[in-house]
Amino acid sequence: MSRGHRPGHRRRGREGQPSPPHGDRILVLPGEEIPGEGLRPGTGTYRVGGKVYASVLGLLQRRPPFVQVVPLSGRYVPKPGDVVVGVVTDVQTTFWLLDIGAPRWAPLHMTGTPWPVEIGETGKFLRVGDSVLVQVESLEATGRIGVTMQGERLGKLDGGTLARVSPARVARVVGRDGSMIDTITRLTGAQVVVGQNGRVWVNGDPEAIRRVSAVLRMIEEHGQRSGLTGRVESYLLATSPIADREDDGGSAPRPPSPPIPSDLPSPEPEDEEFDDDTGSIGPDGP
Amino acid sequence: MGSVGAKDVPVLLTPDGRRIDGRKLDELRPIRIRAGVSHQADGSAFVEWGANKVMAAVYGPREVHPRHLQQNNKAVIQCKYNMAAFSVDERKRPGLDRRSQEISKVIGEAFDSVIFTEEFPRTSIDVYIEVLQANAGTRCAGLVAASVALADAGIPMVDLLPAVAVGKVAGAIALDLKKEEDNFGEADLPMALVPQSGRLVLLQMEGHMTEEELGQALDLGVRGCRDIYEVMKAALRERYAVGAPGGAA
Amino acid sequence: MSGEVTAEILTSHILDLASSGKRLDGRTADEYRPISVEPGFVVTADGSALAHIGDTAVLSGIKLEPGKPFPDTPNAGVLTTNAELVPLSSPMFEPGPPQPGAIEVSRVVDRAIRAAETIDLTRLCVTPGEKSWVCYTDIHVLDHGGNLIDAALLAAVTALLHATVPAKRFGIAEADYALEVGHVPIECTFVRLGDTIVVDPTVDEERAGQGRLTVATDEAGRVVAMQKGLVGAFSPDDVKDVVRRAFRHGERMRAIARGTGR
Repeated sequence: MSRGHRPGHRRRGREGQPSPPHGDRILVLPGEEIPGEGLRPGTGTYRVGGKVYASVLGLLQRRPPFVQVVPLSGRYVPKPGDVVVGVVTDVQTTFWLLDIGAPRWAPLHMTGTPWPVEIGETGKFLRVGDSVLVQVESLEATGRIGVTMQGERLGKLDGGTLARVSPARVARVVGRDGSMIDTITRLTGAQVVVGQNGRVWVNGDPEAIRRVSAVLRMIEEHGQRSGLTGRVESYLLATSPIADREDDGGSAPRPPSPPIPSDLPSPEPEDEEFDDDTGSIGPDGP
Repeated sequence: MGSVGAKDVPVLLTPDGRRIDGRKLDELRPIRIRAGVSHQADGSAFVEWGANKVMAAVYGPREVHPRHLQQNNKAVIQCKYNMAAFSVDERKRPGLDRRSQEISKVIGEAFDSVIFTEEFPRTSIDVYIEVLQANAGTRCAGLVAASVALADAGIPMVDLLPAVAVGKVAGAIALDLKKEEDNFGEADLPMALVPQSGRLVLLQMEGHMTEEELGQALDLGVRGCRDIYEVMKAALRERYAVGAPGGAA
Repeated sequence: MSGEVTAEILTSHILDLASSGKRLDGRTADEYRPISVEPGFVVTADGSALAHIGDTAVLSGIKLEPGKPFPDTPNAGVLTTNAELVPLSSPMFEPGPPQPGAIEVSRVVDRAIRAAETIDLTRLCVTPGEKSWVCYTDIHVLDHGGNLIDAALLAAVTALLHATVPAKRFGIAEADYALEVGHVPIECTFVRLGDTIVVDPTVDEERAGQGRLTVATDEAGRVVAMQKGLVGAFSPDDVKDVVRRAFRHGERMRAIARGTGR
């Protein structure tokens, strides 16, 4: 059976050996064996007869003895603690159903809001089509996803608009320590809230919203490439409606260019922000 | 099988073992797979295999419609195989027919055998296969397209599912029949393989062969599946090329 | 419907943009997404074409078979149009018998082809009262990114323009011959977004739309079909404006169908 990794990475962890560098992004496909002995299978993998195989298409992450595969596609998989953007799909007497891009709709109970909701009065607070920022609280074996609206920043989202990126791209939209999102908000003046589910709330003047949407599309299409923050920054500088920005005086705006020049190799080193949100590993998760 | 105007049985096998299109007995038709062709689906793929053109799309896991099909401990796999009216020589009347329903059922069960459905209780994984141009082997082409689409949709599964049909043509066991061979051949044996375990999760047979021939056919089919497996993986690697500039989806 | 709900703030944003003549994808109100056709996509059909309008992809295949003429038109062939909005193409479509949406697409496309006299049905007659050609136009939606009607008719007329009558195969003539095609109708669809009427709506724009209007025109300067759909209303002046725009877009799209323009 062929294996989804390059030659030279079969070495197993010697004592204290660091894991492969972040830039070493190995794509694995369902059914591909992950070589190594005594491996402990994490998410995106399964074990049969002492061997570990990938179960999803994604990037292999090894922190011996743990291995996991971080999916590159697919629906949002909820994790307790995630802050997500949802859209109300149904209003019931004591709860609302939210589409958070997960396999199932998530019920938001009336007691999970900051409001004094009475039974039967849910419709006075949220209606079908309303957008909300909520937090995933619990996951049940039945597949039920519990969410709450009690917490800082959580609540109904008014104004602005919703954009989408694939959940696998969220880490890139945020960037290391929020570097990407900082760049975007700084250079557009828009207010941006990125849900872990890939739904993004953008608020600001129409032109700012348009530029943020364009950047989100860039990240969606080219998020696997390196040098993304630099590209986003030069795109935003080039499209800025204001001639001079808070950028230090001397540097003139870079010449306009299409968001991503197609075939040229990136002049920049591999981006470091890549596995921000995927760095933790092991059965216990983050 | 409706092949208008074809009266005489063509020469299916030359004395030196060449088939009607010049292939050897153990040779596949050319196959090309593209992953990620739909803007709407969670995963999708387009397969051109010989003169077959098949598209597959996957939606889900998502809420189950109709609700009564929901299962409390696992996702349901709802597979629909459908042929476009113009995909065959004689126009096919649109809508459900018994053949399509049977194929949908066995393909759905094949996927149910490899997908980790227990990870998504009370949901549905909907697999749609549209045959746009048919030339024998559409259930295998559809299954291959759907398997790539499932991987593209991030669905967890034991393995990809390569599939191929083996048949008996002019007395010889042959891999991957095309239309004339299917129409005039003596047997047709479609199968889908789980490469990881070496087991078959789809197996049908029409026609007749001896016990020995059947054994030979199974071996040939498994070899064919392993070749198709490589093409499937290459298609997914192409879509999800990582690290290499210019290789993004 | 599989419970797809559009965020109200997205709808409001689309309407906001439209009020200043702008759109979510940066187009102007009177701009189509990129359009392309690929004739001959399916060799099992007697004529076929895959049409793309932006993210929307529609495949049409033509099949000609000998059949019996209708008793009231013994000297004419038969034209049949059928659209399949298969669930593969959109999370909104369900498996099962054709829904009203699919029937609407087939009927609006069919009306344009008939009224434009794209096919001279008398030329499809083989033996009066006994045998004539039945021309099936099947439309298969592969990717529903909005504006299905325009893409469906574009695919259908391109397929007809490239169709062959399989006369030899059915023993009716010595050789197959090209299907004769008269006027080429083109449908242009608009939706109202507040006071602005935009052409070629995306799915999100269709959902935000306050009425949809489709106008089919042919190269003889005739309006050959119309359909108002969705919830909403248009004034007679709106309709006149839309018709004028439909003629202009129609000319360009007709050239695309004929392979002489882009």
